[in-house]
Amino acid sequence: MKVLVCLKQILDPDVPARDFQIDSAAKAARRGGANLVTNIFCENAVETALQFREAAGGDVKITALCYGESSAEDCLRKAMAMTVDEACLVERDGNTNPDAEAVGRVLAAAIQRLEQDGGPFDAVLVGRESGDWGVGQTGGLLAEELGRPALGFVESLQPGNGSVTLRRQTDVGIEVAEAEPPFLVTITNNEDNVPRIPKTRDVMMSYRKPLQKLSLADLELDSEEIRTGSSIFEVDEIFIPADEVECELAEGDTLDERVDQLARRIHEVVASIG
Amino acid sequence: MANVAVCVLGSLGYDRAAQGAAGAGRALAESLGGELHVLVIGPAGDEAIAALATVADRVVIGSNEALRDYQPEQALQAAEQLHAAGGGDYVAVLLSNDTYSQEIAPRLAHRLGGSSMADAAAIRMDGDHLLAQRTAYGGKAISIYRLKKQPAVVWLRARGFEPAPEQASPGDVTTVDLALDPPRIRITGREVAAQEGVRLEDAQVIVSGGRGLGGPEPFQELKKLADAIGAEQGASRAACDAGWVPPNWQVGQTGKKVAPELYIAIAISGASQHLLGMGDSKVVAAINTDADAPIFKHCSFGIVEDYKQVVPLLTDKLQAMTG
Repeated sequence: MKVLVCLKQILDPDVPARDFQIDSAAKAARRGGANLVTNIFCENAVETALQFREAAGGDVKITALCYGESSAEDCLRKAMAMTVDEACLVERDGNTNPDAEAVGRVLAAAIQRLEQDGGPFDAVLVGRESGDWGVGQTGGLLAEELGRPALGFVESLQPGNGSVTLRRQTDVGIEVAEAEPPFLVTITNNEDNVPRIPKTRDVMMSYRKPLQKLSLADLELDSEEIRTGSSIFEVDEIFIPADEVECELAEGDTLDERVDQLARRIHEVVASIG
Repeated sequence: MANVAVCVLGSLGYDRAAQGAAGAGRALAESLGGELHVLVIGPAGDEAIAALATVADRVVIGSNEALRDYQPEQALQAAEQLHAAGGGDYVAVLLSNDTYSQEIAPRLAHRLGGSSMADAAAIRMDGDHLLAQRTAYGGKAISIYRLKKQPAVVWLRARGFEPAPEQASPGDVTTVDLALDPPRIRITGREVAAQEGVRLEDAQVIVSGGRGLGGPEPFQELKKLADAIGAEQGASRAACDAGWVPPNWQVGQTGKKVAPELYIAIAISGASQHLLGMGDSKVVAAINTDADAPIFKHCSFGIVEDYKQVVPLLTDKLQAMTG
């Protein structure tokens, strides 16, 4: 079987709020001193694919695909160090617009190019949302571009009898599904798909693994709306919300007085609900 | 015509989320001088249909036995056909924020040739474009997106919108039979999580605990407080990741987005991803030892004190007050 995992490189989302700044001209976050990292749900997707390969007895080839700037090669090398077999980078030039349809079209064209030789990927894995814009539309739009069925919020894939068994999280509990390849899933995190730490030897080996580079021109997608990422939506405005709320701290000489004040405020709100 | 559609899953009924989505739809339709239509995917209870008719100008129910249990491929196909049956010229198609609506939205947008957007907290028209406001960068920023193609297919942070007002006369209700293909991904089993009390998303009062509690035991103490005021219990990501409480307690960017009247954050510092999940709370109270914790910039009142000192005393006092 063949599995493809899509990766996105983002600004480290763990940058503290006090260091977070907006570039008003670019209508995006200013990089500042922040690192670039692989989006966490994408790393969960890599881990989920690796565990699927292990459960299937090893006969699964895993490809990682990224649409990003040249720095995103680091994400693909790390995925290969986690023992993904091969990688492909579609080079993105500068723009930071989050337009998910433009991204979906690029990923779909790249996937179809990669499938020319060996037939369709049985499963395409996409992180459920990114830690930067977090719009969470790429997976669904990519599924439509590829014309494949899809399931969201999946936490594991298990080999079945001619099909793949999926487990996913919903707001009412866990659902189990059977999927006939080819299909697409978006991956969410759980305690079992925490990304593994690559072994030193595998990090070295990752530089020997094939990393193919494609341009938008190679994919015949060199249009203005794809290049600038403005096919279905644009960022009109972005700002850091003001800390509007004035917190009233409980006062009093003794702990009992202070807690009493807190209790009264809580009781007031609860009583107003009725 | 400049009509607006709200798409609801019949099996979920006319819950608070659907009410909020319909409310957002009505406000948008009024701003356009158009009608509000509700597209119902699959069979719904009579009560839900009657309630929908009181708030909508038109209700179109998509009927097919296969829709009784949710299957993503078929629900998507149903939404597409209902869109056409309702008139097919909607400026916007709005959905609420249950898991199913979330996964349908982008794919429906693509099939209708429109724009998709997720988790909108506010929407309005600007000329032909819908503007949708939502958080970005894990809650550190607010962004407003311009959706360039119609229809704008948007799932909303639905409980944050006022319910739709009743209309003077009920809307027309029609049922259309849908033809659906067998799904290529089939949901075969559901392990519904044991749910004590109401869903966290629907709770009026929530008592949440965080990393500062240091272990699972203090959640028992918090339960006494919650019981005293009829609250549900939630937690921060740190507390869930540590395994102190089940993952479905998590409030935050990757957990539940809650909208209670009162949210009490105990030993929660207020990381932006947590604030994002509790941001729609009407009143927030905080108990924390650190006066500089970000949570104190996002609450109406609070106390700088160790929860160990505060919670038992607070519980006693509230029990006495509520009798």
